[in-house]
Amino acid sequence: MTTTKSQPSQARRERFARLGQYALHTVLVIFFLFPLLFLFVSALKGDELQLLKDMGSLNAFVPYGDISLKNFSHVISGSNFKTAFFNSLLTVSLTVILGVLINSMLAYALARFKFKGRDFLLSVIVALIIIPFEAIAVPLLLLVNELPWVNGEIGWLDSYHVQIIPFIAHAFSIYLFYQFFIALPKDLEEAALMDGANRLRIYWSIVMPLSKPVIATVAVLQFLSRWGDLLWPVMAVRGDTFATLPLAMQSFFGQYPRHWGDVMAFAAMATLPTLMIFVIFQRWFVRSAVSSGIKG
Amino acid sequence: MSTAVTHAPAGKPGKRSAPIKGRFTPWFFAAPGLLLLLVFLVLPFVLALVLSFTDQRLVTNEELGTDFVALRNYVRLFEDDSFWAALRNNFYFVAVVTPLQSALALVLALLVNQKLAGARIFRTIYFMPVATTMAVVAVIWSLLYAPDQGVINRFVGLITFGMVGPHDWLREPGLVMPAVMLLSIWQGVGFQMLVFLAGLQSIPLDLYEAAKLDGATVKQQFLYITLPMLKNTTIFVLITTTIYAFQLYTQAQIIASSGASAPIDSFRTMVMLMVHEGFRNGKIGYASGISVVFFVIVLAFSMLQRVLLKEERAVQ
Repeated sequence: MTTTKSQPSQARRERFARLGQYALHTVLVIFFLFPLLFLFVSALKGDELQLLKDMGSLNAFVPYGDISLKNFSHVISGSNFKTAFFNSLLTVSLTVILGVLINSMLAYALARFKFKGRDFLLSVIVALIIIPFEAIAVPLLLLVNELPWVNGEIGWLDSYHVQIIPFIAHAFSIYLFYQFFIALPKDLEEAALMDGANRLRIYWSIVMPLSKPVIATVAVLQFLSRWGDLLWPVMAVRGDTFATLPLAMQSFFGQYPRHWGDVMAFAAMATLPTLMIFVIFQRWFVRSAVSSGIKG
Repeated sequence: MSTAVTHAPAGKPGKRSAPIKGRFTPWFFAAPGLLLLLVFLVLPFVLALVLSFTDQRLVTNEELGTDFVALRNYVRLFEDDSFWAALRNNFYFVAVVTPLQSALALVLALLVNQKLAGARIFRTIYFMPVATTMAVVAVIWSLLYAPDQGVINRFVGLITFGMVGPHDWLREPGLVMPAVMLLSIWQGVGFQMLVFLAGLQSIPLDLYEAAKLDGATVKQQFLYITLPMLKNTTIFVLITTTIYAFQLYTQAQIIASSGASAPIDSFRTMVMLMVHEGFRNGKIGYASGISVVFFVIVLAFSMLQRVLLKEERAVQ
């Protein structure tokens, strides 16, 4: 391979390259972490004047002085954070759970049954992926305003279901499930069918347990996009009762006089669940990004 | 549809029930999803097209009703300075963010793909902003952009030796878009990094082995193996980033609602204008027109992506 003479110089060059890479990483780590560090440090600073004064120096990133959870307790007792947090948790988790169920069922029908119109349905669903929610938000608003609900009332605005039901069926999730199901070997299912199991049983006890990777992918993608959505709550939700975190964050942020310590505490608590879920389920996030790349 | 049929043949399927089951079960599985797609995606989509030719309002006036107005919404749209401003803001955002964010994502992916101690930790850190809620990101950066003694002002002053600034980033019409761009890139780039990383890891290693044996330098390997092999991934990243960039809403909306921002037309996007017209002003017909224009732009980029990737596949 290489001559004995060039080996030390090559080793030195590699060491230099590695040093350069670490230097680059250091700059990048600072770039990506400083806003988050700033968020959590500022949220802990109980003294508003100190917080504002610190912004002109590196003290902005140092937790010192009046460090307490005072801002957090202000936010919890003095704003609608608790309600908004509960609303976000409820609407997002129901959307994700029902979405996994209903989208996988539709994908299962497309992947495992031969029926009239199957190919047509599949191509329509793939075409629907292109339509961004933003393009249908306004007519959807008009539509849900006219829809009846179980108690006989007309109009879904300002409710939980208006933030759940329109988001359950999701063309891209159906496509991801479909891709996964057609790659799944059929042997087990065929054996179960021979043993007399019905299709629902097969779907529930054989196919779904084998589909954990794609379930996680779909759940993670939907969770992130629903948890962060501001567009739909801005239009479909009026008061505080059904507001989710992004909407509550917007109104809390827009209040005067603004207390930045409290705003930062609100912001920190609003994003803590997504950051924690990311740290715990990191593997699935990576997979989600990768499978979104298959889309093309 | 006939959900009952699937429940009927409980236990072992008789010979007679099998064909019936075969006919109805797919619909049992497909019906809920199809119904929801139809009502909440296909119907509003068709409505957007139809309503854009009417003077539909959010609260219908019994006396006036809703009339067909032909192309009036579109004519007004193209005479509306706010619409052109929104369009310009969107294209400005796309023209800067798409290339910058994609290039940075590629650099990050190349860096974390190196065999380096701690590469996984770096990858985690670069992805963390993606897991941060966008409304929160906009709030953090609003404070970082604070006038006078803000963090960003101090930093810019430091690296330019006091030549630039201090600026009121979110209030100066020429600076508010760049400010939104920076925070958007910060938040979003980690996702494209992962897509590029997946692309990098799918390149067969023996290509590099062979190139090394032939004496190719690191630079040559990058130019003649890595880049060509990443072509599809790059097309995908560029186009999806463009489409995401057109959907720009949350961060700009949070800044607008902060109560102290630049004149609205200096940073309002198409989606924001749509919400303002459709929801706040109740002009559903007009807002539907904006939705249609928005969709046509997104569609054009999606088609471009399909054409580019299909050509590539045909060549291979």
